[in-house]
Amino acid sequence: MSAIVAEGLVKIYKSRKSEVRALDGVDLTVEEGTVLGLLGPNGAGKTTAVRILATLLKPDAGRATVAGFDVVRQAQQLRHVIGLSGQFAAVDENLTARENLWMFGRLYQLSSAESRTRAAELLEQFDLVEAADRTVKTYSGGMKRRLDLGSALIGRPRLLFLDEPTTGLDPRSRLGMWEVIRGLVRDGTTLLLTTQYLEEADELADTIAVVDHGKIIARGTADELKSQVGGERIEVVVHDRAEISRATEVLARCGAGTATVDEHTRKLTVPAIGGASTLMQVIRDLDEAGVRIDDIALRRPTLDDVFLSLTGHASAEEADAAMAAAKSRTGAAA
Amino acid sequence: MNAALRDGLIVTWRNLKRIPRIPELAIFAILQSIMFVLLFAFVFGGAIPLPGYPDPSAFREYLMPGIFAQTIVFAAATTAIGMADDVTKGIIDRFRSLPMARPAVLLGRSFSDVVYNGGILVVLMLSGLVVGWTVRTGLPELLAGIGLLLLFAFAMSWIGIWLGLSVPAVEVAQQVGFTVLFPITFVSNVFVPTQTLPDWLQPFAEWNPTSTLSASLRELWGNPTPFASESFPSQEPVLVTLIWVVVIVAVFGTLSVRRYRSMSR
Repeated sequence: MSAIVAEGLVKIYKSRKSEVRALDGVDLTVEEGTVLGLLGPNGAGKTTAVRILATLLKPDAGRATVAGFDVVRQAQQLRHVIGLSGQFAAVDENLTARENLWMFGRLYQLSSAESRTRAAELLEQFDLVEAADRTVKTYSGGMKRRLDLGSALIGRPRLLFLDEPTTGLDPRSRLGMWEVIRGLVRDGTTLLLTTQYLEEADELADTIAVVDHGKIIARGTADELKSQVGGERIEVVVHDRAEISRATEVLARCGAGTATVDEHTRKLTVPAIGGASTLMQVIRDLDEAGVRIDDIALRRPTLDDVFLSLTGHASAEEADAAMAAAKSRTGAAA
Repeated sequence: MNAALRDGLIVTWRNLKRIPRIPELAIFAILQSIMFVLLFAFVFGGAIPLPGYPDPSAFREYLMPGIFAQTIVFAAATTAIGMADDVTKGIIDRFRSLPMARPAVLLGRSFSDVVYNGGILVVLMLSGLVVGWTVRTGLPELLAGIGLLLLFAFAMSWIGIWLGLSVPAVEVAQQVGFTVLFPITFVSNVFVPTQTLPDWLQPFAEWNPTSTLSASLRELWGNPTPFASESFPSQEPVLVTLIWVVVIVAVFGTLSVRRYRSMSR
C-alpha cells in the first residue's frame, strides 16, 4: 500500500494585490518504507505540500490520503500516526528538552509514564542526555534541531515529514542529522523530506520529485534524473590562457563533441563517452602537445546540472541570491 | 470536552513553567501595578476629595478596587502578546500537528493567565493594605470579590487570545492592546466619578465593565462608593459584571476558536 497518495493538490494564497498558486496540481505517491525527496528552490511550494499532507493546511483543490486517512476529513486520526519537523525548531525555548518531550508525548495522548520513558529514549538517541535538563534557550542550532526531530518522533510515527531538516546547520551538524535520518529509515519509517540541497536529496532519498513554481517538473531516482542530463564529462583547467586553443583541439579529437571554454577560469569541458580510458587518452595527448594543466577530472553530472537543465535556473544558492536581491529592491523585510 | 480539559491543563503547565524561567516578566508586571497604586494614591489622591469622606486616605481605599479591576483589564494585553508569540515561534504548528483536542491551546493560555493574574492580584492586595485599603465586610465577601476578579480575568483572556491570533506580529499585539485598553480603563469610575465626564460619555463609563467590576468590589468589600448614580449598572454592578463575563466569553471565545481553526485555510 502507498503511504502517501496525493492527486491534483492546489493551494492558492490570496493577498490584496496578488494571487500566488503555491501548489498548482501536484501528484505524489510514496511507497511504505521509502524516502521521497521534494527538491526545489525557496518558494517552489515544498513547504506548502508538506503542510497540507501533515494536516496543517487545507488544499483548495485535489485530495490526499496519508497512511490511508484523508488529510482533510480524517485529519485527527491521521495526526496519531505522523510526525512533523519543520524548518524552524518548534520547541518551547523556556522548557528543558525533557519537559518539551514529555509535553509533546502527553499531547500525543501517551500516558505520563510512557511519555517520560519515551523522552528518556529520545534524549539518548539524539545525544541530548547531558543537556536534557537545561532550558532549550541555551542550546546550539544543531541541538535545537535534533530536539525538534526527537519531538516529532515521540509517538513513534509510521510516517515522518521533514521540512528542510538541515537548512541553516553547519556542515558537521548536517552530517550528524543525515546519520540520524538514515537510522530512522533503516527502522522502517516512511519519510517525506523537502530540501533545497541537491546533495541532500541524493544522499537520503530513494526517489526525488523536483518542484518548481508549484509543479512537479521531474521525478525519478537520482541516477535516472542524472541520466536525463547526459553522461560523463572531462574537465580540464589549463595552466596558461595561451594554451586554451591547443587544448581545445586535443579535446575535440578525444571527446564526443566540441569543448565549452571558460576563458576566465581557464576551464574546458567536453562530453566523454569512454570514461576513464578517454581521460587517459586526453592526458597523454595534452602532454604530447605540451599543454600544462593545473587540474583534470572526469565528472559525473550532479543534481545541480539536472536542476539547471530542467528549470533553466540554478538551484538553492542562486535562488537565494535572487530572492535577496528582489527583497532589497522592494525594501520588504523577511 | 474531557480531552480538551486534560490537554488544556498540559498547555497550562507549559505556560506557567515560563514564569519562573523569565522572572523579570512577573517582577515588572508587579512593579508596574505597585507604581500605579503609588502614583494615583499620592499624586492624584489629594486633588480628588471624596464627598462625605473628609479623611484623604478614603480616596486610597476607594482607588484600590479600581486598580485591581484595571490590572485585570490590562492583563488581556499580556495574553495577546503570549498568544502572538506562540504563533510566530512556530510551536503552534507543532501543537496543530499533534492529535490533541483542538481548543486546548487556547484553553491553556486562558487558564495559565488567570493563575498568573491571581498571583499578581495577591501582591497588589498586600500593597493595597499598606497604603490604607481594607476589607470592611467579611471573609465571604472578600472571597466573592476575588472570585469575581478571576472570572473577569478569564473573560478578558479571551479578548487577548483573539487579539493575539489576529495580529501579524507580537509588537502589534502590544500596541493594539494598549490602544484599546487604555480608554476602557480610564473612561470609567476607577480614578474619577463618572459624573464629572461629558454627558455623552457617561453611559459608556457606567456600563463599562471596568466600572461595574470596580463598583462590585467596592460594594462587596464595604469600600467608599460616594459617586454611585441611579443608573442600573451603578445599582446592580455585580449582576452587570457577570453578564459582561458571559457575553465576552461567548463572543470572543467563539471568535478565537474560529480564528484558530481558520489557520488551516
